[in-house]
Amino acid sequence: MPVMSKLKDLSGAAEIVGVAESDQIGKLPDKSALQLHAEAAHNALEDAGIPMSEVDGYLTAGYSTYDVAEYLGIQPHFTDATIVGGASFVIHIAHAMAAIQAGYCEVALITHGQSGRSDRARAAANRGLPSQQYEAPFGILGPPVSYSMAARRYMHEYGEDRTRQALSEIAVSTRKWANMNPVAYMKDEPMTFEDYHNSRWISWPFHLFDCCLVTDAGAAIVITTPERAKSARKGGVKVVGVGEGHDHSMISQMEDLTLPFGRFTGPQALEMAGITHSDLDLTMIYDSFTYTVLVTLESLGFCKPGEGPDFVADQRTAPGGEFPLNTSGGGLSYTHPGMYGIFTVVEAIRQLRGEAGERQIDDCNLAMAHGTGGNLSSTGTVILARD
Amino acid sequence: MAEYNKPIPIPQPESDRYWEGTRREELWLRKCNDCDEAYFYPRDICPKCFSRNTDWIHASGNGSLYTFAIVHRPPHPGFVSDAPYITAIVELEEGPRVPANIVGVEPEPENLSIDMPLKVVYEKITDEITLPKFTPA
Repeated sequence: MPVMSKLKDLSGAAEIVGVAESDQIGKLPDKSALQLHAEAAHNALEDAGIPMSEVDGYLTAGYSTYDVAEYLGIQPHFTDATIVGGASFVIHIAHAMAAIQAGYCEVALITHGQSGRSDRARAAANRGLPSQQYEAPFGILGPPVSYSMAARRYMHEYGEDRTRQALSEIAVSTRKWANMNPVAYMKDEPMTFEDYHNSRWISWPFHLFDCCLVTDAGAAIVITTPERAKSARKGGVKVVGVGEGHDHSMISQMEDLTLPFGRFTGPQALEMAGITHSDLDLTMIYDSFTYTVLVTLESLGFCKPGEGPDFVADQRTAPGGEFPLNTSGGGLSYTHPGMYGIFTVVEAIRQLRGEAGERQIDDCNLAMAHGTGGNLSSTGTVILARD
Repeated sequence: MAEYNKPIPIPQPESDRYWEGTRREELWLRKCNDCDEAYFYPRDICPKCFSRNTDWIHASGNGSLYTFAIVHRPPHPGFVSDAPYITAIVELEEGPRVPANIVGVEPEPENLSIDMPLKVVYEKITDEITLPKFTPA
């Protein structure tokens, strides 16, 4: 099991000094996924005020690091292509910090780029995997099907009507945040509860508005030593807590469809940071679906299992509410190119720096960013603290 | 009949016997002799206790509905003419949960209830592959 005394030594051993999206996000048929990586890398290094020549650690997911590093012109001495779905890029922050502390590298770059909407060359599934033998033949393919089956189980355990109300609260509150984000895909599209309930079925119990967007986007993060961070253009944001892991791949193999792996990564990250839930000023949770948010709030320990519907009631997570959540507009309403996790961190850093414009929350000093990958399979949690 | 264009399982060495079983309209599971747990999907080494002391057992084909969804937007071209269709996780009476479709029921939420009893039915899709599906018992 993770050794907390060593994790506490790691806390604060690296700082995030640069974050950025690709030049545009949304619908970008004229840009390849690799170009989105490159634009985001360029912009994040500019944000950090650090030249590419100083990058000596490189991390990505979905490609081999050597493929993207070659495209970018990086020859790293630390390389990590950990790929566990959308949680990967959050987990990369922890790996980069450990590598920096161990002396593998001094400036690590994490990049993401996906043309979820416009890709001309979609990857073929690996036909030797168990999912191709046991789930795909039944049309149990892709996240909307698997997550909606998990949500149906939650409804059975904790009540269908109150679950439905919670999912609608999350969809509507997240859209309100997106309406305040100039680069959000749904910036100019308000959503009412009626709109939510009237949206078409994708995979019952999921309406269209329970499901994330499908966009093209890239993002990147620059992470370095506390010493190097001092001379970065905007200073650094400390990484003070981390957690990662997974407990299954296929949805049919998930032991408890209402309790994902955040049950470990959330408490670990908080303990490592030496804080509790109530110390957090901002929470960013990967919202592949409204249900992902509901069940993740519970697994992370913000409330007990089954209490999520009360926790998110009455637009408590919306602008002006007590619990600011997914202030970018999230995967539901801002952007979701496929593996969205890195964007939870981009927004957390902007809020911690006071760069979030109209949606800026007051006195933002401590934030949690949490990614989920696969079929509620993997999670990665980071706690970020303003220096 | 239109050409079958849904994903077709490609049996692997550890699952040949499983797919040979469904072809005979029999459902076979692996069971660990050390921890006494039946498990799905088939692999030689027990995923619960990592013992190599495992066997095949002939399952009854009876189970209950653990959860389900009704898929309106097909995730693959092969399912377009089926939509809406029911996907499910079925808890077998031997213990393991298996992914499947529920057939023989109109795909409306009110026709399905969690824990409802189910039994296996078989759908031959190629000479080699027969899929186990479930229907109300």
